[in-house]
Amino acid sequence: MAEAARAKPKPTPETQHFWDGTQVGELRLQRCDACSHVYFPPRPFCPSCASRKVSVFKATGKGKLYSYVINHRPAAPGFTPPYAIAVVELDEGPRMMSNIIDCPQTPEALELDMKLEVAFEKLDDQITLPLFRPAKG
Amino acid sequence: MRRNQVAVVGAAETTELGVIPNMSQLQLHADAALNAIADAGLKLSDIDGFATAVETPQQVCHYLGIKPTWVDGTSVGGCSFMLHVRHAAAAIEAGLCKTVLITHAESGKSMIGKQPRFTAPDSLNGQFEAPFGVYGPPSMFPIPVLRFMKTYGITHEQIAMVAVVQREWAAKNPRATMKNPITVADVLNSRMIAYPFRLLQCCLVTDGGGALILTSADRAKDFPQKPVYILGTGESVETPMVSQMETFNSSRAFKVAGPLAFKEAGITHKDVDHLMIYDAFAHLPLYGLGDLGFMPHEETGKFIADGNTRPGGKLPLNTNGGGLSYMHSGMYGMYALQESVRQMRGIAPAQVKDAKISVCHGVGGMFAASGTIIFTNEK
Repeated sequence: MAEAARAKPKPTPETQHFWDGTQVGELRLQRCDACSHVYFPPRPFCPSCASRKVSVFKATGKGKLYSYVINHRPAAPGFTPPYAIAVVELDEGPRMMSNIIDCPQTPEALELDMKLEVAFEKLDDQITLPLFRPAKG
Repeated sequence: MRRNQVAVVGAAETTELGVIPNMSQLQLHADAALNAIADAGLKLSDIDGFATAVETPQQVCHYLGIKPTWVDGTSVGGCSFMLHVRHAAAAIEAGLCKTVLITHAESGKSMIGKQPRFTAPDSLNGQFEAPFGVYGPPSMFPIPVLRFMKTYGITHEQIAMVAVVQREWAAKNPRATMKNPITVADVLNSRMIAYPFRLLQCCLVTDGGGALILTSADRAKDFPQKPVYILGTGESVETPMVSQMETFNSSRAFKVAGPLAFKEAGITHKDVDHLMIYDAFAHLPLYGLGDLGFMPHEETGKFIADGNTRPGGKLPLNTNGGGLSYMHSGMYGMYALQESVRQMRGIAPAQVKDAKISVCHGVGGMFAASGTIIFTNEK
């Protein structure tokens, strides 16, 4: 019997560009053409000034560890505890939830404000998730 | 809203609290409602306004046989009932109804007649949080706390003291689920749930319910119970995604709702005799003390660790034992309100002597929503 799979996102018309981006190795954010506000999650208007003139752009993929928990129980389907659920603050400003890979899932290894860079994990032909790992150098 | 124009004239919890395997969630609503009706000396036919959350108003009204002219189905999580009190007070003042019943019930432990929670994969939560392994409140609600601790220099031991102090209150309460004393070491050695939080820093999972009856202050004096007046109210929402909070150093919803209630009540923090801060997890009282303006956030950990909120302390907090030790069916706000009403009536198991003003502050979701009600027993 197949193991329970991790929850898989289903894009909507407003978020499709984000999920198209992760498939080609890009972390895509949006910037307001009117007030320059950078925001996440995706929507076709600026949540700061309500302008509908917004642009999608490729983010640097760099950020830092804002906060996290190390989940022990109950574990979500597709996860082996203990695993960290992290919130990453991107260099462009927005924060997003993710997981930290290539790093022990311990309080000692997971230091707040440590530098991170995006890594892409392909779930299937439709969905690639943006994860983060400690930045090199 | 004007002060003291509306009063709580009926208040009761379900006959049993804890594990109630012989009642569905809907029947728990009815059990709490019938107890509150009896407490107020009313008949169900006297109720012309109704509010509830999770279950629909039509579901509970039909089950009880109520024909309302005003309904409120605001459902923003565990503080929904604070919002119902605020909305009901406005509706009564506006003349939309005369006597409002607010019910909560949840078969949180036994899961009888309760719809399971579901996150749609095309919702924003389903796309941008669920894929990263969040799985129930213990994996989400504590996510901000490490940042909060770093920003303000709060220690693990100080947050453990929240659970220790609340167990001291629970020990005085015969209806509390957990009454045995615990130490900081007990808390920090209990089973790890989601670092940095361990079992004793997470709320209980129980069955139960509660109900309130509100009417105008003019009518309140004719009821059998001592009226408890609504002095001030506030509410707000922020985001259903914990990752998208404006900051992890405070709750924006708390910082809107709390000060609104204080302003409306026309009181200062030193006027507060009794305080309830919804404690689904042990960090919430620290956020609440700071965001409601009792003290700077960096002082909150020491304030609790020094014993200021314990029995005999200068700011009695969560005097029923809280969600950590009293009960937590999933939407605890109703039980915080019940304890504030008991304190204002002067009948709480751990009664705060001569308490005249009680602040009751609730959270919904993972810092998603907030409601604050300030009660007084003096008009």
